Amino acid sequence: MMKEYMLIDKIPVPIEGEKNILALVQKAGIDMPTFCYYSELSVYGACRMCMVEDDRGNMHAACSTPPKAGMSVVTNSARLRKYRKNILELLLANHCRDCTTCEKSESCRLKELARRFYIEDVRFPNGKTEPERDESSVCISIDHSKCILCGDCVRMCNEVQNVGAISFVGRGSKMEVGTAFKVPIANTQCVGCGQCSAVCPTGAIVVQKNVTRTWEAIYDPNTVVVAQIAPAVRAGVAKELGEENGVIAAGKIFAAMRRMGFNHVYDTTTGADLTVTEEAAEFLERLKDDGPFPMFTSCCPAWIRYAENKHPELMPNISTCRSPMQMFGSVIKEYFEHNEKTAGKRIFSVAVMPCTAKKYEAIRPEFKRPDGTDTIDAIITTQELIQMIHEAGIDFKNISPESSSMPFGGTSGAGVIFGVTGGVTEAVLRNVEPDKTYSALQQIAMSGVRGLEGVKETTYQVGDQELKIAVVSGLGNAEKLIRKVQSGEAFYHLIEVMACPRGCIAGAGQPFARSREKAERAKNLYTTDNMTQIKRSESNPAIDEIYAKYIGRKAHSLLHVHYKVKKK
Amino acid sequence: MTRINTRDELIALRKKCIAAEKREKRKILVCAGTGCVSGGSLNIYAALKEKMAKEGIACEVELAADPHEDVVGLKKSGCHGFCEMGPLVRIEPEGWLYTKVKVEDVDEIVASSIQEGKPVERLAYKQNGVIYEKQEDIPFYQKQTRKVLEDCGRIDADSILEYLGIGGYRAFEKALFDMEPADIVKEISDSNLRGRGGGGFAAGTKWSQVARQKTTPKYIVCNGDEGDPGAFMDRSVMEGDPHRMLEGMMIAGIACGANDGYIYVRAEYPMAVARLRTAIAQAEELGLLGENILGSGFSFRMHINRGAGAFVCGEGSALTASIEGKRGMPRVKPPRTVEHGLFDKPTVLNNVETFANVAPILLNGADWYKSIGPEKSPGTKAFALTGNIQNTGLIEVPMGTTLREVIFDIGGGIRGGKKFKAVQIGGPSGGCLTKEHLDLPLDFDSLKKAGAIIGSGGLVVMDEDTCMVEVARFFMHFTQNESCGKCVPCREGTKRMLEILERIVNGEGREGDIELLEELADTVTNTALCGLGKTAAGPVVSTIKYFRDEYEAHIREKRCPAGACQKLKRFTIDPEKCRGCSKCARNCPVNAISGEVRKPFVIDGSKCIKCGACKDNCAFGAVKEG
Repeated sequence: MMKEYMLIDKIPVPIEGEKNILALVQKAGIDMPTFCYYSELSVYGACRMCMVEDDRGNMHAACSTPPKAGMSVVTNSARLRKYRKNILELLLANHCRDCTTCEKSESCRLKELARRFYIEDVRFPNGKTEPERDESSVCISIDHSKCILCGDCVRMCNEVQNVGAISFVGRGSKMEVGTAFKVPIANTQCVGCGQCSAVCPTGAIVVQKNVTRTWEAIYDPNTVVVAQIAPAVRAGVAKELGEENGVIAAGKIFAAMRRMGFNHVYDTTTGADLTVTEEAAEFLERLKDDGPFPMFTSCCPAWIRYAENKHPELMPNISTCRSPMQMFGSVIKEYFEHNEKTAGKRIFSVAVMPCTAKKYEAIRPEFKRPDGTDTIDAIITTQELIQMIHEAGIDFKNISPESSSMPFGGTSGAGVIFGVTGGVTEAVLRNVEPDKTYSALQQIAMSGVRGLEGVKETTYQVGDQELKIAVVSGLGNAEKLIRKVQSGEAFYHLIEVMACPRGCIAGAGQPFARSREKAERAKNLYTTDNMTQIKRSESNPAIDEIYAKYIGRKAHSLLHVHYKVKKK
Repeated sequence: MTRINTRDELIALRKKCIAAEKREKRKILVCAGTGCVSGGSLNIYAALKEKMAKEGIACEVELAADPHEDVVGLKKSGCHGFCEMGPLVRIEPEGWLYTKVKVEDVDEIVASSIQEGKPVERLAYKQNGVIYEKQEDIPFYQKQTRKVLEDCGRIDADSILEYLGIGGYRAFEKALFDMEPADIVKEISDSNLRGRGGGGFAAGTKWSQVARQKTTPKYIVCNGDEGDPGAFMDRSVMEGDPHRMLEGMMIAGIACGANDGYIYVRAEYPMAVARLRTAIAQAEELGLLGENILGSGFSFRMHINRGAGAFVCGEGSALTASIEGKRGMPRVKPPRTVEHGLFDKPTVLNNVETFANVAPILLNGADWYKSIGPEKSPGTKAFALTGNIQNTGLIEVPMGTTLREVIFDIGGGIRGGKKFKAVQIGGPSGGCLTKEHLDLPLDFDSLKKAGAIIGSGGLVVMDEDTCMVEVARFFMHFTQNESCGKCVPCREGTKRMLEILERIVNGEGREGDIELLEELADTVTNTALCGLGKTAAGPVVSTIKYFRDEYEAHIREKRCPAGACQKLKRFTIDPEKCRGCSKCARNCPVNAISGEVRKPFVIDGSKCIKCGACKDNCAFGAVKEG
């Protein structure tokens, strides 16, 4: 078949299944200005920045116009320039322009395009001079005065995550992104996944910060600050800190955190190994008792909250295992409170996470310790960690990597891959598979649990038992799968759910990333797994030590949780 | 009413109704359109009914299927269009029209018109000393060609039997039994019927595109979300002749292979909703709607959705979103409504007036239709005539009629002998036309060339006292209020244009404001997502084009040439006429007037709040405004 072409700025560009002119323009090497076009979301067509002009002088929004063979458009003309500058000016006129103190300043799309198009003057009075904040959520913070109404967050919350906590309220110039009846976001069905903030081009939705609280703990001589770092964090710092090797990045993070004053730094991977051990045991138990199936994984706090809100009937199906962070957090407090070296000091437990929902998990009443304190005292997202490293002035590029602290020093490859969708399932399979050979490991890897697709369905044979498994990431995908299960259309023994599409590597606490970068993060974790000698959680010597030495008979109460099911 | 199951039964029932219609020796039609009802026409109806009962006159309020001789039909009709003169009562067969009727007039109407057979002259319409007894003789009606509104005001809108009595549902019957769907589409295509909702898109093309779609189900959607300020053409059809619109939708259903029709009506039209509900219920009862209609195998169900009053829901994709229960917000196109419309299915979306044109086209043929008005934009168009015009109301003229004929012949010219200045046509999306356009034929293409649009048919006539900047401000206020807020140019651009217009009429305009308005208008027009935004700048652009000097006077001289802008009004005292009585000073609420008794007084412009109390109180006409 003859290839079809479109002329972009007089250059022929082949049409190869692109759904819109914008994709073709990008292929032609033009960075098209846009606020609302996000290839993972539906086409919204609201910012009107991506207009192109055809031969007859007609204007088309490139994001929502299908390519047509033989059509010729230009991406830059006197009129287009004027329109784009006008649109930017109109947006700026309705935007709280406190750029010097805005945390999105360095990565703000509005600021970037305003500079790119050289907006020197805003000819309209500014309608938004004061912040209009909703700080009710512990996960995200909303400032309406910075919202440009591109709708990315609304589509993310509704289309991808099926949460529906936010939508457009009001109309015309009074329109804003808000909750039903304008209640504070914390009082809605928001699960805290933070994906809204991950797509927000400005500083309108950002992650709530625990940085100051953490510094204060570090500065306090009577406080022992203990940190754990989630698997995905090491894969998320590459772009900002320039370290692409996950193993080295983890080592550098440990070193940097010690320099900052953290007393002990651990790897949540160890927590993940505990989770695998407990979860595999629970799964085998359920196989023996014939259910209840499907068993849902419980690592993701946004998923837990989603299930509580929308499917309380599924709560008995969710594994009673605490998340790796909470398991490890319990062990840490248990250990340090009974350690004579730190006796009498306050133990401040910090978790460095790729996740915003963890901030809510940390304050859940179910994780209160018998003395009324929290298991985890502060959650630092990857973004916040980077900020702290910058703040401390640490030359991350040249710092020598170090190992994590002892005890609990050992990690396994199974724990590391928790950070990517399918990782928990793969780790559990490594545990339940009696064949402990290398080829069995490869067989598990090839079983269909890997890959960044939103829904993966597979079967795995263990002995004479064929396990039916599903792995989903993205709550919208989870919802579709739940409907299939509830209608009887599908049956699974195990369903792994991660709220963020692609898993924790694409968590909202991570620095902003495009699809390609997210895929690189996944690869990074698998490479780290490859480079780790211990592949299976149960082979991690730290695990046996924890059970035997530190938690003993408290194991069940420290590692499991029973969420209070809210009545609908 | 019993269900009719075959074509023959429908023909027989229609015959009976026609006969019954004819045997009513006299009919009293009380206008029950929204305008006349608010003027008290339902009380007049009740009084007439009571009076006739008292006088022992056989009175029929519902058309009896079994005709009996010598009765007087008393009916609540749809809108007659001459709303300025309401409440209206029409007596048939003579065609006498009584205007501004009150309950007290009822006795005389019954005594003279019904009992003696004479017109009540004092209630007849008078213009320039001439008394017009008959409705058809009144100049307002003489120049009109009522096709769509033919039966509005002639029949009881609440009765399907009356609709059958004037030959109703014949076109539907023909489409159902004598025509192939492709023939129906062809007839509509050949007729060059263009959508009356504003865009003027060929209805036949739309229908054929939907007919061609393989996806099922398909839907027929009627846009009754008439939102232009002052426009009420569609409302009148829905209220006055609902079956005619239903018939058009049902024919579209046959032609395109759809079995469900949705009518989207504004909730602000409660009477239209009520009459449509009645009409649908009656059609269902008769078996003209529902399953296996007249044994033909064709099924059609009709649904009503009420819109919550958002202007933008008149836009196709916003309308279908609203029916689906979503936020009424336009989406990007393609896909177009004909492919992915309501519930993502192929959808024919036309407005009320378009559907009301369908039945006569099918009955009389495409050539007949093309014989009315210009070939490329044939047929008639209903307009809502409002503003500073003698005869406000609802009119219908052939396409191609000139503005002059509409304003001066039908509308009776400008009210109060003032001079004509401009007319805003096409509502907030349209533009203004001036004296030089008076001989412009009103059709889709001619108006587009002149920078205006027919729109849905709102015509606001303005006299010399109208400030054109204020007109632009009024429409921009409307549009920015009704913008859905989705796309940046419309949401932010209309807001800023309004801001600038507001400061100009408040006397705070700055040099460069006109150019800034033009720049914003250009951006919004060329980059907005939907029709509302693309046309939002129409009133601004056309008023600047034709009345730039007025803008300049506001900005540079802080003067409103029409003397309409409150903030720019200036009150001065003519020293020649002032006798120094001090009455003005005593009545000034802000002590802006000072002077010595018996000497001319002076107004301090910086203190004056332009209330006009001085002028009202001056016995010598010494206070001047302007």
